[in-house]
Amino acid sequence: MENLIALLVAAPLLGAAVLLCGGRRLDKTGHWLGTLLAAVSFGIGAVLFADMLGKGAEDRALHQKLFSWIPVEGFQADVAFQLDQLSMTFVLLISGVGTLIHLYSVGYMEHDERRRRFFGYLNLFLAAMLLLVLADNYLLLYVGWEGVGLASYLLIGFWQHKPSAATAAKKAFLVNRVGDMGLSIAIMLMFTTFGTFAFGPVLSSVGETSEGTLTAIGLMLLLAACGKSAQVPLQSWLGDAMEGPTPVSALIHAATMVTAGVYLIVRSGAIFNASPDAQLVVAIVGAVTLLFGAIVGCAKDDIKKALAGSTMSQIGYMVLAAGLGPIGYAFAIMHLVTHGFFKAGLFLGAGSVMHAMNDEVDMRKYGGLRRYMPVTFATFGLGYLAIIGFPGLSGFWSKDKIIEAAFAKGGTEGWILGGVALLGAAITAFYMTRVMLMTFFGEKRWQPAPDADTAPSAEPAAEHRAGELPHPHESPKTMTIPMIVLAFGSVFAGGLFSLNESFVKWLEPVTSFEHGHPPIGAAAVTGATVVALIAGVGIAYAMYGRRPVPVVAPRGSVLTRAARRDLLQDDFNHVVLVRGGEHLTRSLVYVDHSLVDGVVNGTAASVGGLSGRLRKLQNGYARSYAVSMFGGTAVLIAATLLMRGV
Amino acid sequence: MGFPLLTLTAVVPAAGAVLTAAVPAARRTAAKWLALLVSLATLALAVLVAVRFEPGGARYQLTESHWWIKDFGVRYALGVDGIGVALIVLTALLVPFVIAAGWHDADPLETASKRWRPTQGFFALILAVEAMVIISFEATDVFLFYIFFEAMLIPMYFLIGGFGDRAHSGSDENAAAQRSYAAVKFLLYNLVGGLIMLAAVIGLYVVAGNFSLVEIADARAAGKLDMATNTERLLFLGFFFAFAVKAPLWPLHTWLPNAMGEATAPVAVLITAVVDKVGTFAMLRFCLGLFPEASKWATPVILVLALISIVYGALLAVGQRDIKRLVAYASISHFGFIVLGIFAMTSQGQSGATLYMVNHGLSTAALMLVAGFLISRRGSRLIADYGGVQKVAPVLAGTFLIGGLATLSLPGLAPFVSEFLVLVGTFARYPVVGIVATFGIVLAALYTLVLYQRTMTGPVKEEVSGMPDLRLRELLVVAPLIVLLIGLGVYPKPLTEIVNPAVEHTLSDVKQKDPAPEVEAAK
Amino acid sequence: MNPVNYLYLAALLFTIGAAGVLIRRNAIVLFMCVELMLNACNLAFVTFSRMHGNLDGQIIAFFTMVVAAAEVVVGLAIIVSLFRTRHSASVDDASLMKL
Repeated sequence: MENLIALLVAAPLLGAAVLLCGGRRLDKTGHWLGTLLAAVSFGIGAVLFADMLGKGAEDRALHQKLFSWIPVEGFQADVAFQLDQLSMTFVLLISGVGTLIHLYSVGYMEHDERRRRFFGYLNLFLAAMLLLVLADNYLLLYVGWEGVGLASYLLIGFWQHKPSAATAAKKAFLVNRVGDMGLSIAIMLMFTTFGTFAFGPVLSSVGETSEGTLTAIGLMLLLAACGKSAQVPLQSWLGDAMEGPTPVSALIHAATMVTAGVYLIVRSGAIFNASPDAQLVVAIVGAVTLLFGAIVGCAKDDIKKALAGSTMSQIGYMVLAAGLGPIGYAFAIMHLVTHGFFKAGLFLGAGSVMHAMNDEVDMRKYGGLRRYMPVTFATFGLGYLAIIGFPGLSGFWSKDKIIEAAFAKGGTEGWILGGVALLGAAITAFYMTRVMLMTFFGEKRWQPAPDADTAPSAEPAAEHRAGELPHPHESPKTMTIPMIVLAFGSVFAGGLFSLNESFVKWLEPVTSFEHGHPPIGAAAVTGATVVALIAGVGIAYAMYGRRPVPVVAPRGSVLTRAARRDLLQDDFNHVVLVRGGEHLTRSLVYVDHSLVDGVVNGTAASVGGLSGRLRKLQNGYARSYAVSMFGGTAVLIAATLLMRGV
Repeated sequence: MGFPLLTLTAVVPAAGAVLTAAVPAARRTAAKWLALLVSLATLALAVLVAVRFEPGGARYQLTESHWWIKDFGVRYALGVDGIGVALIVLTALLVPFVIAAGWHDADPLETASKRWRPTQGFFALILAVEAMVIISFEATDVFLFYIFFEAMLIPMYFLIGGFGDRAHSGSDENAAAQRSYAAVKFLLYNLVGGLIMLAAVIGLYVVAGNFSLVEIADARAAGKLDMATNTERLLFLGFFFAFAVKAPLWPLHTWLPNAMGEATAPVAVLITAVVDKVGTFAMLRFCLGLFPEASKWATPVILVLALISIVYGALLAVGQRDIKRLVAYASISHFGFIVLGIFAMTSQGQSGATLYMVNHGLSTAALMLVAGFLISRRGSRLIADYGGVQKVAPVLAGTFLIGGLATLSLPGLAPFVSEFLVLVGTFARYPVVGIVATFGIVLAALYTLVLYQRTMTGPVKEEVSGMPDLRLRELLVVAPLIVLLIGLGVYPKPLTEIVNPAVEHTLSDVKQKDPAPEVEAAK
Repeated sequence: MNPVNYLYLAALLFTIGAAGVLIRRNAIVLFMCVELMLNACNLAFVTFSRMHGNLDGQIIAFFTMVVAAAEVVVGLAIIVSLFRTRHSASVDDASLMKL
């Protein structure tokens, strides 16, 4: 069985290679090949899952060593896979949602001349992401980690002819590199501390080293997670990443890649358990991001950017849960999976709406779409109910558990973290209701399509008919089927997982689990969550449902304006990093030219000057040369005689 | 003694150089094919060397030794260790690509050919450089090494000064002036380094009485040859200075951007990927082997210089407007990593540094050669003159991106393996140095992606709209390099197997052991 | 006779020759002065040979003569061709061979 693990990665990798090197011959069939290979990966995953269910909880983990990767004295890095319950969960999520989104993209990218390459990149992403979750050591994980970064870079910048897309892609890669620096340092620390960086030996021997070292490793891992999962302070790339095609936003920037940070923290749970300081920082980062993303999400008029803020916020929940220790790990992963369903569904819904609306992304120019796009409305609506935590749907089960666990942390921290999580739930309900109302309800505020050149989002999925009002229509089957499947997941996954605590028991051998006991009782927390939900929805309805939505955004309060600009993070980056960096490099170029080179050139110039003077001695008159010869000889003879005399 | 295989690896390109130069001017194409065939034959010989080399065997293998100037103890002594084998194969591998990529670089100018461009001369000089570089990697006699270390300046000087890049923003006279400035700068820097080394070579002879690397190192290890501390340090500095100029290490680096900017792209590859490697190679073999104590004494300063090179080179690369100068500064940053790995004196660091030499050769060759193809199409080296190339020439852009990703050490490509080993090896002994060096990976991403973004993405500029994609010859040059980059990134074992024993020997020269991990983890 | 006197004569001849080289401009005269210096040296060599009682000095004198003969051949040729082009045998007129 374990020999199948490598095939999980190999299938999409093969697809990427074939599609990217295959040339134009594959333009007609390439997308189906890509989808097929994604499905193959899911199929293998399902077989392995069935096999795993047949075994006892303790010996479910499979291990496959392919070859020794970097054999250097004292440094053993293997290409080896480890498939345990945690990896299995991710494999199914990634390949499952991945296959659905491949299918969706067949319809969505139909009019793009570079569709074959798009599928190549998507397959590359799947391979890298599967490698990330299957690796049995941190270095191989790092390969997948940067591999998904590369795929994300390529896909955000897929429409490279748009400068904004190219810039967003570069920004995403760079910010991620800062996080990767953290992962590198963490691996180096592990190597010097434990002499290895394979999961097994490292995690089983954390007890033998000092807490300080573990805190350092933990914080560096957190830095890595912040970069990949768009957590404060490295969150700024995610909003810009929405420049990519919508299926990419759904797969990479909502359901899978951005959750890699959560995977990393949960996987390294033993390290964080042994270092309460690092763990607390994780929880704080999660709580801050949770609010940050939610506030940003409230102010955006761009439907994808509003959803991106929401993603940030939901991952904040997961990171918060991961920072709570054994009482939260399982719920972090559970929320991750349910979020994968409903957020991917929401993004696909958004893509479907944009498809129908001449690629308009501004929600102020939507309105009243529910009658024109019933399937999209229904699936998006179910996703919406799931994310706000409507009782009974997926989001409710996972988010409520996280809020309970936050309170159960105990002490002042518990109250603060729990309070923040509760507040976040209310804001989530607010901004998601806002998105829902602005898009599907109210008056039609449709605007004529702009020229293709000046379109705010150049998604060329649909033909532009400049100057015409959009004619909304339901999307083709390849697009609606994935949305329907994801909507099922959004509705039932959470309940299924919570039935008899099946999900927690499934993960327990890997992540360890303790029951958290909130100081005010679980039922009270659930009650508070429902109250927060109702409050959020109510305020949003009062603001956007009862009153007409203006087509041009009002100026808004200071907070609104700041939130529209991602709470000024970009401005800060621009002033401090970009400007500062430009000045630094410019002055260094000057220094290199005038100082470092100048010293050498100065030496050369002075030698030149000296020889220019000496040259005058060489006047071409044979007799003056003769004088110097005789004079020189006389001096030499005199010197010899004098020396001998002495 | 047996068959003189090592001599042959150098004699074949040397003879090829003479033959190529002798081809009459009218048979230009024949000269090109001859040069290519000779370089391929050399590659075959180099592969044979690698096959015959036994990683587990003696330190120096395939040795040859004959008296050359007996009165001064000078021998014609050759021998290779694993590091030498890796670099010989790299050199022999890259030269055919350099020749194929520069196929038309030395053709006579169509328009008003004022200057005579001796096509055969160009290829003959390349082969001459190859011969000298290979023998430098093989020499186990300090004097012999010195001779070829210096002699390779002559063909390089003519390659830089005589066959400049045709893409130049200024007038012809201006271009010629800049070209000769670059060539003279290259020559002067390296000559000064070489002269100081000559003094140290003579000093070594005075102290040791012969020039044999093996004998001196053995005598030192056995305690038979004592050097006064100051003598050893001075000699070390003399050697190190020459190698640091060649490598190049900050602040002796400024010749490289000029030379790489003015030379044609294939020659730039020859400079940075092949010739400069002699500098870092010699640090490992001569500085550490002959002067272990002094090497340890100088380590702190050298580490700081290497760190400055890494960060400074990367920052300057960000600020460049010229594609080739950008690559040159990126190389300075990478050489900083190599020196760092060598002087970290851990097995990971030194294995990493050796792999880095090979991988940097491959990645720079890929990036620079594609950049050369790009520049030859548009006739400009300025980044600002490009934009949207991706749309008109996707294959060119794709290969350029892969070269760039290799330069920024993306995992899965070969340079990642070496860069990570260097970082880990450095971190194990000097954690702060390791952490500062890690900033290099962020900066590398910055300059590479900015370059890609400005040249390849965005709206298509009018001047590039008719740009043809890669031709078959160009694709044949780039594709094998990319295959190698991926292959060695996924499976570097063949290389590490050859290199590891040599690194162990070098470490035992300097009597250093790897720092033990804090916890002996349960295996 | 005391052989030292020959040495005095050689020194005198050499000085005369040297002074001539420095003072005169005509290439032919200059040339003759050089010959005078060479012959002064020859005289000194032969004298030394006599004083030390071995043949080394005489052998060197022969070498000098051969060199002087060769020099005359080359030198005169140069002077003649110079004279043809510049219509002057003054060495100061031939000052163009410089950097």
